[in-house]
Amino acid sequence: MNQSMDNEIDSIFQKHQRNQREALIPILQDIQEQYGYISEEAVQKVGLFLAIPTSKIYGVATFYDQFHFQPKGKFHITVCRGTTCHLEESDNLLEEVSKYLKISQSEVSRDGMFSLETTTCMGACGRAPVISVNGNYYEQMTIDTFKELIESFKQRAL
Amino acid sequence: MIRQYGDILDKFLLSEILISQPSSFNREETGILDRLTRRQVDKPVIYLGSGSCGRIAGSLKTGEAIREYLEFSGIEADITEVGCIGLCSMEPLMDVQLPGKTRISFCKVGPEKVTDILDAVFNRSILQEHLLGQYPQPGQEPWSNVVNVSDLRFFKNQVRISLGKMGIIDPENIDEYIASGGYRTFLKTIFTYRPEQVCDIIEESGLRGRGGGGFPAARKWKTALTTAADQKYLICNADESDPGAFIGRALLEGDPHHILEGIALAAYASGASKAFIIIRHEYSLAISRIRKAIEQAKEAGLLGQNIHGSGVNLSIVLKISPGAFVCGEETALISSLEGKRGMPRFKPPFPAVEGYLGKPTVVNNLETLALVPSILEKGPAWFRSIGTTQSPGTKIFALTGKTVNMGLVEVPMNTTFRDIVFFTAEGIRENKPFKAIQLGGPSGNCLDYNHLDLQIDFETLKEAHLGLGSGGLVVMDDSSCMLNLAKFYLEFLKKESCGKCIPCREGTKRMAEILENITRRPVNEKGHETLERFKGVMQLENLAEVIRDTSLCGLGKNAPNPVLSSLSQFREEYEEHIFDRKCRAGVCTHLRIYYIDIEKCTGCTACARKCPAAAIIGTPTHPHFIVEEKCTGCGICQETCKFVAIYIK
Ligand SMILES: Cc1cc2nc3c(=O)[nH]c(=O)nc-3n(C[C@H](O)[C@H](O)[C@H](O)COP(=O)(O)O)c2cc1C
Ligand code: FES
Repeated sequence: MNQSMDNEIDSIFQKHQRNQREALIPILQDIQEQYGYISEEAVQKVGLFLAIPTSKIYGVATFYDQFHFQPKGKFHITVCRGTTCHLEESDNLLEEVSKYLKISQSEVSRDGMFSLETTTCMGACGRAPVISVNGNYYEQMTIDTFKELIESFKQRAL
Repeated sequence: MIRQYGDILDKFLLSEILISQPSSFNREETGILDRLTRRQVDKPVIYLGSGSCGRIAGSLKTGEAIREYLEFSGIEADITEVGCIGLCSMEPLMDVQLPGKTRISFCKVGPEKVTDILDAVFNRSILQEHLLGQYPQPGQEPWSNVVNVSDLRFFKNQVRISLGKMGIIDPENIDEYIASGGYRTFLKTIFTYRPEQVCDIIEESGLRGRGGGGFPAARKWKTALTTAADQKYLICNADESDPGAFIGRALLEGDPHHILEGIALAAYASGASKAFIIIRHEYSLAISRIRKAIEQAKEAGLLGQNIHGSGVNLSIVLKISPGAFVCGEETALISSLEGKRGMPRFKPPFPAVEGYLGKPTVVNNLETLALVPSILEKGPAWFRSIGTTQSPGTKIFALTGKTVNMGLVEVPMNTTFRDIVFFTAEGIRENKPFKAIQLGGPSGNCLDYNHLDLQIDFETLKEAHLGLGSGGLVVMDDSSCMLNLAKFYLEFLKKESCGKCIPCREGTKRMAEILENITRRPVNEKGHETLERFKGVMQLENLAEVIRDTSLCGLGKNAPNPVLSSLSQFREEYEEHIFDRKCRAGVCTHLRIYYIDIEKCTGCTACARKCPAAAIIGTPTHPHFIVEEKCTGCGICQETCKFVAIYIK
């Protein structure tokens, strides 16, 4: 861990009380918000601060969907797996997407460009199936429109 | 934020309560109040529906277009971002209120439509194709020949207690909420009633929890109130992780102060000086709005120590749930709040006796809390006049699926499903036949045609062995496969089971496997695999019972519901899948049988080359043929064919 990261995590700690178990999840959330994921070094630091073994911290963190332990891709793709999107065959879409990107759920592509995740209902059921890329929403997705979208991202990244 | 009209609103809010004298206002002050409640505006106001549903539908782009339009045309107008009125399928919504005129609402307003619509409105005419309706208010001149929004079919049967201000007021402005009568009930209550009295009023109103169980709210509060402890807590459960429900999100986005007022009242009644509101981490807009609302309420002195000299202390803390379906269960929620894995524990002791950090903790669903301010304002008799005797009041549904209208509806408890689906939602799109309702998400049940005339109250549903669950109501037509849906829910539950009880952890897995087997094609089945498959089917009901009887929490207890209910309602569909290897809706991909139309096939060989199972044979330039026994039903050939020669029978 470099010095600046060290300081940043210290400043996150300042908002919380030492040795207080209830602070664990909020601290992990703050760290993830800052870095996009939770690194091993960060977990160790949290362990020292809260006096909890790192194994316990991983035990808690892996229980929840929110926490990631590796950086997300440059384009983070979320496919909605809510009920309405499911009725519009988002399962097939997800399968095709994962085939096309050659990654499965919660994985990051080797070049670090894409990562894939699912979520439940994004709130645009009227326009199912829905996906989001880095927080921007795309509605009534088909695999073809998805491919076009990805190609345009690739172009942009070049 | 510095509150612009803080003094006037404090006077408006407090003088009547503190010195029991209606306050008098000078002309300027009345003008400000009128502007805040939009009774009278001095320049045009444009309202933009900007809940998550609106944003996803592109309301931010529409907003840009409006700003450009105003700049270009030199018209001076205010733009206010409001929440969702509940008609999510019509977003983006844009309303316009001209001085002296009623507010008029337009739907499906893409950025390209803004100029046309606004041009027309500013010239006092209306673009009919995007018109939704108007919101009449006394003292405003209505548009002629425009329906009232409340008379539209979608709104006509609704009684909007909790949703009333949604999409109408600015969710980020506490002043608007106060000017429209907000927080008045809270202050009045803490100055006139003792906590026990509040519990009594709520008991009299018959309010029951909307989180699924239907437990009387007042009983929980009284338990916490009478349990001796130095600190008590109230938790507002907005950890809505059901894949089809968005009631909480819309309420938090559209009217956050209303929720805070409900929390404040419930906390007072249960003797809690600290309240938590727990929101799913994905709900970023709801989180930011609640965060703002809490800050504003603190600034207005409505939260904190010794609120306006009443001696009442209350702090509301926002907690972001890191996301797990099981954390909606109250004991798991508390465990997650304590920084542990969110696993349910055995009850009793109930949280109201021993909850967060071992202290009495009331957990209520956010919809339950949203009903509280109105009950205290209008009295228990008023509340009892809505709905049924045993289940008074209203229930909100997140209505989605194949209906014409989709969104949030709040209906009295004596409404029938038929009314919701065929009146409020205006039936099925493209006039397709109705097939089923899925009520209450993964822990919920399937309803078929025979259930349509049931009322939605707790008793009727209990009698029919159904439950309201989270309030998700998904309507399906004949293009949906019931097995596929059951499989979807089981996959979800399998993933979300916390793993504490073996029947739930392993049982959901086995059930998902069995369903997977039914919907898979036995292409490469060898020896007694077929036998195993049949055995599995026979065990399905047995297994479901064991899971239901032996699991600890509601997740496991209700996990078999999607399967059992669809099995009892749509048994012949299961049998078709099992014996005829056929999915009548054509959803189960692996059961599709593909054929090549020899008239259309040119023999280009494209499909044969792509087929992963080598199931397509034929010579170039001659029509090809699919070997049914080899085909896995993946559908790649159909995608590949340029001549649309491949079809499903
Ligand atoms: C698996 C499971 C998930 C639940 N999810 C929620 C939820 O998302 N929101 C909620 O308010 N209650 C949920 N509940 C019910 C809560 O345990 C609790 O009964 C409810 O919050 C009490 O509020 P009420 O009395 O106001 O209904 C869930 C229960 C179970 C078993
Ligand atoms: S189910 Fe996908 S947006 Fe609602």
